[in-house]
Amino acid sequence: MKNRILDQIIRSIAIVKKDVVIYYSKGPVVLMGVLWPAIMFISFAFGRGMAIENLMPGLIGVSVFFACSAIAPVAFPWETAQRTLERLVSAPVAIWTILFGDMLASALVGIIISIAPILIAIGFGVTFTSPLMLVFAIIVGSICFATMALLLSVAPVSGPQYTQMLSTLIKFPMMFISGVFIPLANLPAPARAISFISPLTYFTDIARYATGHGSYLPLYVDFLAIITFTFVFWVIAVKLHNRTLPLRV
Amino acid sequence: MNNNYAIKVTNLTKRYRQLVAVDDISFEVNKGEFFGFLGPNGAGKTTTIRMLTGIIGKSSGEARVMGYPAGSIEAKQLSGVVPEQSNVYMDLTAWRNLMLTAELYRLPPSEAKARADNLLKQLGLFERKDSKAREYSMGMRKRLLLAVALISDPEIVFLDEPTSGLDVQSTRFIRGLLRDFRKEGKTFFLTTHNMSEAAEICDRVAIINRGKLVALDTPENLRITSGKVSLIDISFDKPVSVEALEEISGVIRVESSQAIDRAERMKEMAATGGMGPGRTGAGMRGPGMAGRQGMGIPQAEPAEAGEKKPPSNRFRLHTEDTGEVITVLVDFSRANSLKMNVLNVNPPSLEDAFVMLTGEAKREK
Repeated sequence: MKNRILDQIIRSIAIVKKDVVIYYSKGPVVLMGVLWPAIMFISFAFGRGMAIENLMPGLIGVSVFFACSAIAPVAFPWETAQRTLERLVSAPVAIWTILFGDMLASALVGIIISIAPILIAIGFGVTFTSPLMLVFAIIVGSICFATMALLLSVAPVSGPQYTQMLSTLIKFPMMFISGVFIPLANLPAPARAISFISPLTYFTDIARYATGHGSYLPLYVDFLAIITFTFVFWVIAVKLHNRTLPLRV
Repeated sequence: MNNNYAIKVTNLTKRYRQLVAVDDISFEVNKGEFFGFLGPNGAGKTTTIRMLTGIIGKSSGEARVMGYPAGSIEAKQLSGVVPEQSNVYMDLTAWRNLMLTAELYRLPPSEAKARADNLLKQLGLFERKDSKAREYSMGMRKRLLLAVALISDPEIVFLDEPTSGLDVQSTRFIRGLLRDFRKEGKTFFLTTHNMSEAAEICDRVAIINRGKLVALDTPENLRITSGKVSLIDISFDKPVSVEALEEISGVIRVESSQAIDRAERMKEMAATGGMGPGRTGAGMRGPGMAGRQGMGIPQAEPAEAGEKKPPSNRFRLHTEDTGEVITVLVDFSRANSLKMNVLNVNPPSLEDAFVMLTGEAKREK
C-alpha cells in the first residue's frame, strides 16, 4: 500500500511538469503573478496611504492565495475542452494522482510567486523577525490554497470560463473577510467570527507574526487550522472529482 | 482465469439512467490477437472500450484486461490507448508528449528516449519531433497518438477509430503501421467503422448493435455464414424487361439500375447508422457494386402492385443458386440475341454481414 502510494506520487511529478510547461510558464500567467502584488501594493500603499508594515502580511497572503488558485480551477475544464483529460485518465494513474499533481504544481507556483511581495516588502524596509516561520507558512499555505482550488474545478463543465466565474465569486470575497488588510484584532467581532471560516485568515495571521506584529491566534492554532483545512479540502476534492470525472470524459 | 486471454468480458453492462449503452455482453480476446469491435454509431463500441480502459466505470458485470480488473492501475500499466476523442497536448512538442506519457508509465528515462526515437522514426515524425503538436496536421497527430499509446511498449493496445477522419494516404499509412506492429505479438483491440480495415487486419471481429453483441467470429466466417445469397451484376447491350429476368429459375429478386442505386443509398444509411453520406470509408464499396439485399437489409422501394417496371440494361439478380442462374442467363442471352457486357458474381463481404446483422437488429426493434 505504502509503495503503491509512493509510486503514484512519483507519477504525479509528470503531471506537475506538464502543468508548469502548459499553464504556468506562459507569459501572461507569469506577468500576472508578478504584477498582481505590485498593483495591490501601489493601490493600498499609495492610493489609500496604508502603512507598509501593516499592508505587507496581507499582501503576501493575497499574492500566494491568488497564485495558487489561478490555474488549478481551470485545468480540469481546460483539459476536458482540449480532449486531453481522457488520455490522462487512461494512463496508469489514479484520479487522486492527477489531482495531487495539479495541486503540487499550483502550490509550487504560489511558493515562487511569494518571492515578489517579499522582495517588495524588503525593498520598502519591512523586516521579517521570523523568516523561517514565514517560509513554513508559505509552503503550508500554498498547499492549502492549491487544494482549495481543486474544489473549485469539481463541477463537470467543459469550458474553463464557468469555473473561472465561480472561482472569482469565491476568491474575491475571501480577500475581504480574511483580515488581509485589517488585522484580526481590529476587526469587529462578527467580522472576526466570519474570518475564521477562511484559511487565508490563518495564513495572514502567521505572516503578521513573521513581520514582528504578533499574531492574533497562537501560531500552533494557525498552522493546525491551515492543515485541517487542507485535509478537509483534499478529502472532499478527491471524493467529488471521483464522482464528476466520468461525466467529463 | 485462462492466461491466454488478454481480455475477458463477462456480462458487462453500462447504463446511463434509462439508456442501456452496453447490454450484458460477454467475449474473450486471446493474447496476440488483433480483435475488431464493429458496430454502427451509438452501438456501444466506444462505451465498451472506455470501460475496458478504465475511462468510465461499469454498471455491472466483469471485465479483465491481462488478468487484472479493467481500469485498475495494473491493467492500465500494460495497456496503450488511442482514444477516439482524445488529443495530444497541443502546447507540448511531440517529444515532450512522449516523455510525459513515459513518465506517467514510469519508464526508465534511457528506455523512454530510445523508444521515442524509434517510434518517431517509424511513424515518420522524427524530423518534426521538436515541433509543437498544434503545428501538426490531423494525420500527424493521429500518428503521434499512436506513438504515445506505444511508448510504454504495452502488451495490449486499444484503438478507438484510429483512422477516423483521416485522408486516404494517412489511413493507409496507419493501417500499414498496425500491420507492422501486430508482428510484435501485441494484442490489439480495434473499433472501426471501416469494414475493409477490419476484414484486412483483424483475426476476429465482434459486431455490437444497440448495446448487444450480435456476432463474433473471423471475418471470413462471418462472410460465409451470412452468405447464402449471392448477387449477380449483369448488363446487356439492349434493354431487357425486369419481368423476363424474374421468370428465370433460381432468381429470388431482380433489381434494375434505378432500384440498385436506391438500394445502395439505403444500405449505406443502414450501415452507417446515421453516419451520413460521404463517410463510407475507404474500404466500402460504391454504388453499382454488390450489396446485400433481401436478408433483413432495408430493401429498395418496391414497384407499386401491378405497375409495369421499365426495361433496363443493368440488373442485379439475387440468387442462392449462382451456377444454375448463370447457365440460364447465358441461354437467355443467346435466345434473345443479347450480348452480355458485364457479368459479375459478388460473394457477400464483411460489410454485407455487418449490414445484415445490424440491419436485422434494427428491423426487429
